[in-house]
Parts: sequence; C-alpha cells; structure tokens
Amino acid sequence: MKPKPTSAAHTPKAIWSGGGSRCVLELSGDWLIGKRPEIIGDESQGWPDEFATSELGAYDSTLPSYLLGKLREAGDDADIEGLPDDLRALMELALKVPERSDARSEQDEPHGLKLLGLRSTAAWRSAESVLDFTGETVLALGRFFRGKANFRARDFWLSIQECGVGALPIVALISFLIGMILAFVGNVQLANFGASLYVADLVGLAMVREMGVMMTAIIMSGRTGAAFAASIGSMKANQEIDALKTFGFNPFDFLVLPRLFALVLMMPLLTVYSNVIGILGGMLVGAGVGIPPKLFWAEMLTIVDLTQASLGVFKSVFFGVAIAICGCLQGMNSGNSSAAVGEATTRAVVASITAIIVLDSAFAVIFTILEI
Amino acid sequence: MKEPDPNAKISVRGLEMAFGSFVVMSDLNFDIQEKDIFVIMGGSGCGKSTLLRHLVGLKEPAAGSIHYQGEDFISAGKDERHSFMRRFGVMYQSGALWSSMTLAENIAMPIEEYTDLKQSEVLDLARYKLALVGLSGYEDYYPAQVSGGMSKRAGIARAMALDPEILFLDEPGAGLDPLSSQRLDELILRLRDSLGSTFVIVTHELASIFAIANNSVFLDTETRTQGATGDPKVLREDATNPSVRNFLSRGEHQKTEELL
Repeated sequence: MKPKPTSAAHTPKAIWSGGGSRCVLELSGDWLIGKRPEIIGDESQGWPDEFATSELGAYDSTLPSYLLGKLREAGDDADIEGLPDDLRALMELALKVPERSDARSEQDEPHGLKLLGLRSTAAWRSAESVLDFTGETVLALGRFFRGKANFRARDFWLSIQECGVGALPIVALISFLIGMILAFVGNVQLANFGASLYVADLVGLAMVREMGVMMTAIIMSGRTGAAFAASIGSMKANQEIDALKTFGFNPFDFLVLPRLFALVLMMPLLTVYSNVIGILGGMLVGAGVGIPPKLFWAEMLTIVDLTQASLGVFKSVFFGVAIAICGCLQGMNSGNSSAAVGEATTRAVVASITAIIVLDSAFAVIFTILEI
Repeated sequence: MKEPDPNAKISVRGLEMAFGSFVVMSDLNFDIQEKDIFVIMGGSGCGKSTLLRHLVGLKEPAAGSIHYQGEDFISAGKDERHSFMRRFGVMYQSGALWSSMTLAENIAMPIEEYTDLKQSEVLDLARYKLALVGLSGYEDYYPAQVSGGMSKRAGIARAMALDPEILFLDEPGAGLDPLSSQRLDELILRLRDSLGSTFVIVTHELASIFAIANNSVFLDTETRTQGATGDPKVLREDATNPSVRNFLSRGEHQKTEELL
C-alpha cells in the first residue's frame, strides 16, 4: 500500500506557504516514526486550501496524526479532499465517529478547591462507611445468634486454619526475637546498677502486657487482614458477590462472619503463644548473662500475675475485631478491577495497624486510670 | 405513562438508569411475557448489563418502576424482594462462579440452601445440571481450572440450579466458538419449551438474536433511550428508527440508503 521510502534519509518536511487568501501545505520526505518533521512557515494560519504531495515518500501514523491535530484546530468544516487517496482513507477512518466532547472533560484532573472538596467528601464517606460496616457487623451478629445468619462451616474452619495454625511459625519467630531484644537492651542498662536479675521482670511484663499482643496483631493485620481484603475484593471484581446476592445469600453473613469469628477466636490463643515464646527468648538471653532459667522464672512470677497476663489477652480480642473489620470492609468496598483489589489490600493493612495503635493507646489510658 | 401490564412476566415503565448525575438510559418501557426469549440489545457500552442489574435488583433505578406479574419490585421490602429473587436465576458475564468451590459445589450450594434434599440427591441434581450444559465429568474442577467458555456454561448451570421461572443471562454467547454458541441457543430453546422458563438475555450477536429471540428491546446510545421494542425479526424490516434497522442488518440498511 504505502509508497516505498524515496531514499535512505529524507527528512519529513511540512512547508506552509501562501498567506493571504490561499494557503498551500507542501508535504515531502518520509514521515516515519522517530523522525522529527521539519515545519517551515506559519502553521497557525488554519487548514490549507491545497496540498502539494508530489515529494511525499513513505509515511506511517505520524502523518495522519499530525494532520488530524491541525484539522481539530481548524474546526469541523475543514475539507480533506486534496489529500492522496490512502492518506484520506486513514483520515476518514479517524473522523468517522465524531469526538464525544463530554467524554474528555469527565476525565479532567480536579485541582484547587475542587480537589479539596472532593478529598473532604471522600474522607467523610470513608468515615461513614466504617460506621456503617461496624453497625452491619452488629446486626449480622444479632442475626447469627438468632440462628438466621448462614455461612458455610467449611469457610469458618478454613479461616481458622489460615489465621491460626498458619500463623504459628511467623508469630513464634518474631516473638522469640522480640523477647531476646528486650532482654539484651534491658540487661545493658540494668547491669550498670548490678540489677541484671530484673531483666526477668522487664521481659515478662513487657511481653504479656504489650509486646506479645502488639506484635501478634501487627503480624495478623499484614498476613490475615490483607488476605481478607484481597480475597473479598477479588470476589467482588469477579461479580461473585452479586451472584451471592441474587441467590438470596447475605454476602455480609456469608463472607464477613466466618472470618470475624475465626480471627477473634484465634487472636487470644496466638497472643498466649506469643507471650510464652517471647519469655523463652528472654530466658535464653538471661541464661547467657548468668541468670539461670529457674531463677528467671521465679523472679518473673513475683511481678507477672494472672491479672497482668490477662491484660494482653483481653486486648487481643479487640485487636482481632479491628483487623477483621478493616480487612473485610476494604474488600467489600473495593473497586471492580485488579488494581483496585491491590489498593484495597494496602488500605486494609494501613487502617488496621492504625486502629491497633489507637486502641492500644486508649487501653493504656484506661488501665492507668484503673491502676491495673 | 401507560400502566404496567399485570399479565406480563416483567413490566418496565419509565425506567431511568443513572450513575450519580450521569444518566445512562431514560424512559424505558417494555413488557416481557411468559415464555418469552427476550433480548436486550444495543451497541457496546450502552447500558445493557446495567439494565439487567436493575431487573434483578442489584441496582436501584433513578426513576420508574419494574413489576413482576403486576407486583411492584422496586418498592418491595427486603423480604418480599428475596421471594422475588428466589424465582430467578442469573448468569453473569464472566460466569462469576464462587472460586473457592468446585463446579458441583457451586451448583449445590443454592440447592442445599433452599431444599431439604439429602447430600447425595443434591449432588445428583448438580451433576445433572452440569450435564445439561455439556460439562459432565468436570464436577470436581475448580473454576480456575476450566476455560472461560466452560465457566460461562457452568454459570448457566448454576443459574438453572433451582429451576427458576426467569433466567437472566448476561452475554452468554460472547467468547464461545460458533458451534458452542449454537448449542447454547439450542439449550435455551429446549429449556424454554420443556420447563416453560422465561429468558432475558443480554447480547449483541445477531445470529443468535434471530435464532432464538421473539421479543427484544434496543437501547440506542445516541438518544440514550430505547430505540424500539418487539420481535427482532419484525424490527429488522419494519422499525421506524433507522439505527435499530441498521443494527439488526449489520449496517446493510445504511449502505442501501446511501446507494439510493
């Protein structure tokens, strides 16, 4: 179809000439991608009345796209008759369906006040959606205890496996290291006072009150919260949630409840496990700096009683609820594309870690007031 | 505006569909009779699937009404709506099979939920439904392990799980080879004749439209309302709206006019 290139390197040229009433556009050279066309003359004088194309060599999309740009500037009544047939056919193809003028403006990037407004309403909406979701969770729990909510027992057991047994290795590793770090750091300072023995108190108290539950919660939000958001989000993208709805299943009961129950049941168990492993880590370091494990244990028990030990476990239930709600909420609110699922996962992790820290601070205040 | 037809299976009056302030389609009026094979047609992106989502209650209309056999669907309460929805089966564009379950489990789940059948009976039913769409032997496959066309057919089998009165199919033929798509048309006709189901199908495949449909609505992108409603074979010859005739004749109509 296309004419052969006239010679190896003919620079594409567009020469605008004429001025006054009759404007002529002379096109020459090879208009191929990667070659910058040389524009001579005043190209802003409007659509040319005549074309001179005898010197025109080969061309690809570069030429029609250049002409189309000029044509759009010139307006609708521009006439493309004078162009060679092939070129005209390409132009006609592009002009066949008129440009939808409102399609372009919808995609405009908002800025200034508009952006501020959009951001504020978005922030407000997301706050509302958290409240909505929490309310919906309470309603779903009500339905469950009246025996009206249904989900598959298998989903529940799968979630239990996923966020219980599946998390044991990583929780163990992190807790063990945290216990060791606490003991190391504590020992460096306490040894100055000749009070190395109190490392046991430090490790024990820190693990059972704060570090055990905190590390478990953070691991679970990265591991399980993200998985909740991703699995529910991709179900949404694949219309599986619509399918649940049209079969009369409540997607909320069906997807959120088993995950919520599984996480709330597993979090306290994981926390206890994390506490024990953390203390073992501390003991190991203690043994290294001359505190025999038996002594470590006895010293620790003078300060860590059942009340102290139950504080972390108590908090873990709330953290579990927060992680499950953040994960499921972001999954349910995710958009319908694979990129949106990724964003939902990110938001779920960020939101649940924030929620955990905020809740923990609130608990710190409450426990201080109650003098526990 | 005309009153909804109480005898029609589905009666739509003055329906307006919108995303926020962007109106997709407005003033839709059509009736779907019992045992109809009703086709929703129109160019891509004109709101065919959106109309389907309105009909099954996944999206609320901006205005207008939808009546099922004279009963108002839009203003019905949650429980009433559920009893409406129990009467229909929906197949989604991509199949939308629940990915954590095998094909048989996908079909078994609604049956288990709404009947008191024994496990083995449920499984037999599921197997039968899969056989209907030519998927015998794939009971224990997961949706990710079968091809796109197969998961589409499994989606149809799942939509038929509870022998619904009305089956909604969203682009059932898209992405199928000509033979499978012809088998699918045959399946739809057979089911209509034997079970007496009503079909509402979103499609733009002309061959299949003329082969099975006896009623239709054409959504016109340019005017953002319905172009015509009625039997597509009749519309091809007699529609007053040129874009309807154009669509149904694959543009031949426009060409003849240009020649004249």
